[in-house]
Amino acid sequence: MNINATLLAQTIMFALFVWFCMKFVWPPIIAALEQRKKHIADGLADAERAKHDLELAAKRSAEILREAKEKVGEILANGDKRASEIVETAKVQAKVEGDRIIAGAKAEIDQEVFRAKEQLRTQVSSIALAGASKILGREIDAKAHSDLLDKLVADIK
Amino acid sequence: MSSEAHTSAEYIKHHLQNLTYGHLPDGTWGIAHTPEEAKAMGFWALNLDTFFMSLLLGAVIMFVFHRAAKSISTGTPSGLQNFCEWAIEFIDTSVRGSFTAKNNMIAPLALTIFFWVFAMNLMDLLPIDYVPLLMHELGLPFFKIVPSTDPNATFGMAIGVFLLVLYYSVKMKGVGGFMGELTLQPFGKWGMPVNLLLEGVNLIAKPISLALRLFGNMYAGEMIFILIALMGGTWAGFSLSSSTLYGSQILLSLGWAIFHILIVTLQAFIFMTLTVVYMDMAHQEHH
Repeated sequence: MNINATLLAQTIMFALFVWFCMKFVWPPIIAALEQRKKHIADGLADAERAKHDLELAAKRSAEILREAKEKVGEILANGDKRASEIVETAKVQAKVEGDRIIAGAKAEIDQEVFRAKEQLRTQVSSIALAGASKILGREIDAKAHSDLLDKLVADIK
Repeated sequence: MSSEAHTSAEYIKHHLQNLTYGHLPDGTWGIAHTPEEAKAMGFWALNLDTFFMSLLLGAVIMFVFHRAAKSISTGTPSGLQNFCEWAIEFIDTSVRGSFTAKNNMIAPLALTIFFWVFAMNLMDLLPIDYVPLLMHELGLPFFKIVPSTDPNATFGMAIGVFLLVLYYSVKMKGVGGFMGELTLQPFGKWGMPVNLLLEGVNLIAKPISLALRLFGNMYAGEMIFILIALMGGTWAGFSLSSSTLYGSQILLSLGWAIFHILIVTLQAFIFMTLTVVYMDMAHQEHH
């Protein structure tokens, strides 16, 4: 075992080798590891963000649901109110209309009655007049009397 | 340096010799100081350097992963945790790719094998004289810092894997099923001896190929580092030729080391993948 220049050569070589590794072998490995780390970090961050987003979305959806419910309640109440209003108005209108129709009918009936009375009156007088003339006529002609009477009856009828 | 060839051979021999503890020729137990002594120890000897380095590297790997696991956070991983997660993901993906049965032990096994073998191989990149010189100063005659250049280490791991293969083969298929797999194919029951021979070779080839591939690659790589290191050893003053050799040693070993980054990782990956594949085969019913 003797120490000679070989050792020196080996040392130089080793230094060069270490330099080579530092320069060309180490960086790609470190880059790959860094890449992996970054990848994982990104993934975790994304997951965290997604979780956060989900929470927000859940909150928002609950809020929207609540608002919608409120609105529905409001609309229903409005509808009820409006319906009862309409019913009320319709009732009032119907009553007014009914009254009007009743009043019109009453007036018409009155008028009709009056007219009938009037007609009856004129006809009664004319029948009486005709009857009287026919009765008077019978005294002269008995045979014609029954004919006239029949006629009178038919007229009155 | 009286004889150049002699010292070169010595240098190579020295670097390829493990620090062996065993029964010395004089009857005592101790560390072998020459390759011949180590050889004479026979089977019942320990390669202390392999032993120590593999345990140390295994402990370092475990410590690193343990530290990452203890301070684990579910948020964005940083630094060590990021690296460990990356590694585990990588192992998990490749195990999922080649292992089809269900066994929770395979992925940790693959992780352990990959990083352990990787760490052991990585020792190859240290300048080959550093640690032996240091150990020399501490009074140890030899020290190989790359456990995977010792066939004892690679065969040890391969036999471990082989035992697992046997265990799961029997567990999944039953003794009869496993025996049937060994004897009843490919030629049916009348070709039983031939089948046993073929399938037996097939089975034994698994741990041997596993161990020898890793050992062969790392040993050859180490050998080339040693040969390159010899070039500078011929230094004989500032002449053109020795300066050229000196420079080539630096450049060649640098190039070889850079190339070895690939080998080191690839061999660890191959060992792991083959283990997973063998385990998958152990879990699979053959038809």
